[in-house]
Order: sequence, then C-alpha cells, then structure tokens
Amino acid sequence: MLHPSHFAAVLLFALCASTVFGITMRDTPPRMVRYGAYCFALFVGSAIVLSWVMYLIAR
Amino acid sequence: MSTTPAKPVQGKPAPKGFVYFPLIAGWLVPGAGHFLVGKWVRGALIAVAIIAMFFLGLAMQGKIYTSAEDILGLLGMVGDLGSGLLYFIGRAAGWGGVPVQTTVADYGKVFIVVAGLLNIIAAVDAHNLRTGRKS
Repeated sequence: MLHPSHFAAVLLFALCASTVFGITMRDTPPRMVRYGAYCFALFVGSAIVLSWVMYLIAR
Repeated sequence: MSTTPAKPVQGKPAPKGFVYFPLIAGWLVPGAGHFLVGKWVRGALIAVAIIAMFFLGLAMQGKIYTSAEDILGLLGMVGDLGSGLLYFIGRAAGWGGVPVQTTVADYGKVFIVVAGLLNIIAAVDAHNLRTGRKS
C-alpha cells in the first residue's frame, strides 16, 4: 500500500490534473505547457496557503 | 449562457463519418480518442496522467464506488464511471479498498474519482478535435 504524505499526495494530484488541464484547455503546445504549469502552481500554492491558514486558525 | 450551437472552425470542411467515435473511444480507454485523431503525444500524456492517477488511487487503498446508496455515492460512481474500461475492469476484478478507514484511503478515493472526471474532459477534447472546433 502506498502511504504518501499529504504534501506528496498534493504534488501527485497536481501533476496529473495539470497535465490534462494543460492539454485540453489550450490549443498550441507552448500555451499548453504554460497553462499546465500555471495550474500546477495554483494547486500547490493554494494547498500551502490554505494549510497555513488552517494552522493559524487552529492555534 | 450562449445557446448557439458550436460550429466547425471557419474554412475547414465539415467532418465526415461518425464524429462521436473519438469521444467514445476516449472514454473507454484514456488517450485513445486523441490517438484516433492523430494527436499521439497529447494522447500519450493524457493516458499516462489518467491511468497513473487511477492506479495511484488504488495503491492508496482508495474505494471504487459500486452502488449508489445515497447522493454522494451516486456522484462518486458517476465520477468513477468516467474512467471507462478501467472502472469496469476494476469492479470485475474486485480492486479498491473497503470503505474509507484511513486518511490515505480517502485521498485514494478522490484520485480515482478525479481520474474519471479528467478522462471525461479528455474525451470531450478528442471530440472537439474530431469536429474541428479545436486544432
């Protein structure tokens, strides 16, 4: 059984989802790469920000 | 919201034949719709991403929805069904964990559902390529 940490799971999820989003939402390969990278950064960045927000709320 | 039916890109001839074939093939086998329209790299990347996500979910002991006991179960099953043959093979083979018992298994369940939803997006994209709405 695979036991990734929460952050590793976020990275795996973001990588797979961003790949599909990039390919399906844009027309040309350079724009696909840019949009995929943008989605990946948003997935990971929002997870980090929300984690800090929850940490600070819980204190 | 626009109600105008989508038209093929101007200047391109109307597609011939059964235009829904890439949609159905893409649903059944991740990436197959793109292979049918000659987009090999896109199809390969989509296949790797979706199949990896499905099996990562299984490796985390994620649950495969087999019945719709309530509205959440129904939504989960709809998401799982998006994986096409992977879902049917998984059900037939008895893959997937028991109802969620650990946090990691909950992640796994989400991975499996999202793999199905992404596959639906990819299949629709293959259909758009086939009809000429996207290049």
